Amino acid sequence: MSIVSDAWDYVTTAENWTGQNGLTSPTFDGGWRFSQDSILALGLEHLWLSFASVTLAIMVALPLGIFLGHVRKGATATVILSNVSRAMPTLALLTLFAASAIGVGNQAVILAAAIFAFPPILTNAFTGMAGVDPDIRDAALGQGFTRRQVALKVELPLAIPLIAAGLRTATVQTVATVPLAALVAGGGLGVIINSGLALQNYGQVLAGAVIVAVLSLVIDAVMAAMQRAATPAPLREAVAA
Amino acid sequence: MDSVPNPWFSWDYVSRNWDEVSEQLLIHTTLTLQAVLIATAIALPLAVVARRVRWLTGPILGLTGVLYTIPSFAMFALLAPFTGIGRTTVLIGLVAYALLVLVRNIVVGLQGVDRDVVDAARGQGYTPARMLFQVELPLALPSIVAGLRIATVTTVALVTVGVVVGYGGLGQLMFRGLQSDYRAQIMTATLLCLALALVFDVLLMLAGRALTPWTRRRAA
Repeated sequence: MSIVSDAWDYVTTAENWTGQNGLTSPTFDGGWRFSQDSILALGLEHLWLSFASVTLAIMVALPLGIFLGHVRKGATATVILSNVSRAMPTLALLTLFAASAIGVGNQAVILAAAIFAFPPILTNAFTGMAGVDPDIRDAALGQGFTRRQVALKVELPLAIPLIAAGLRTATVQTVATVPLAALVAGGGLGVIINSGLALQNYGQVLAGAVIVAVLSLVIDAVMAAMQRAATPAPLREAVAA
Repeated sequence: MDSVPNPWFSWDYVSRNWDEVSEQLLIHTTLTLQAVLIATAIALPLAVVARRVRWLTGPILGLTGVLYTIPSFAMFALLAPFTGIGRTTVLIGLVAYALLVLVRNIVVGLQGVDRDVVDAARGQGYTPARMLFQVELPLALPSIVAGLRIATVTTVALVTVGVVVGYGGLGQLMFRGLQSDYRAQIMTATLLCLALALVFDVLLMLAGRALTPWTRRRAA
């Protein structure tokens, strides 16, 4: 297959990894951006976009989920939220943001990806906190723990496995969402695929697709290891089942 | 800058472009149906094998899990060089994603069938095939329907990513709306996507209820 050998040529050409002018390029307004002709730079940009989105989602969803789970309120709302987010196409949110005042480019991508990372983090934090055995809570309260101590020292540690699972889902999903950025003039590894399609260079398309797929699988493996490390040994069985 | 009106929604757009909108809506609907039906036809035997042959459970769930982890954008791009630009490529990708959800839910459903019921059926002389179709699968239906609902709703959303290979149903409208900076077009396609997902979800929920009358009687 010539496509496969074209793809092989693409990934074995050093210049495609480093770019013609290094990893960063100057912009018109005196700033810089990741070079769009370098696999390495696009990979870094991909990771940065994913990191920014997940961080943004964590900052809002985690405290909210922990709080709502502790007071055991808003279960229906979290279920509705996660159902709607499943039905909402990522492309719809991306293009809506890009057409709004936010504009095309990476801001729209970070915001859209953060919104999709929100439900799994919120739902899992909520379920983890609210699912703690009421007897354990009562025992802690009986020993003189304040409600705040019950939340942070009893419920939170017990909820860690589910919270970690939620973070893994959110991260893997975000890394998989960011390639769509290329459609709204954003960066990241999707650019390789998109420009390959535009140039009808299917070797490059294939190479880009494999690179994105490998990155996703690696991130999933890393997050799985972190999830395992964060889960105390006695709780591992329960999560796996 | 904003001298040209660019509303977020316009009935005028919908009525003037109804031919194009309805054409993409039809493509979106048929693509979703086709993908879910094919995925179900593959998932059912896979799940039954995964349940019956113990050492295959891990590999089957693992393989569908890997497929699921590959980003849709990459999946369509990965297939495009071989299956070309268009419907087939999108369809294969959609089937691959629906598989994991369906296989997992069917396996969980089969695992949840009460052992005593299976033993009773075996004692009554049910053959393995008859047991599967008349005892195990019907009892696994609630879990299967739950999987179908998730798979269908996700598929409706995923079709839009087909724009990568020029066949994204309503996603085509979103993308063109962005290129020509026309908000009403994007919003119309978005709302239709959400509505389509909702309609499918409600229909499947009702079908699930009709097929499992015993779950309702117990709840009441």
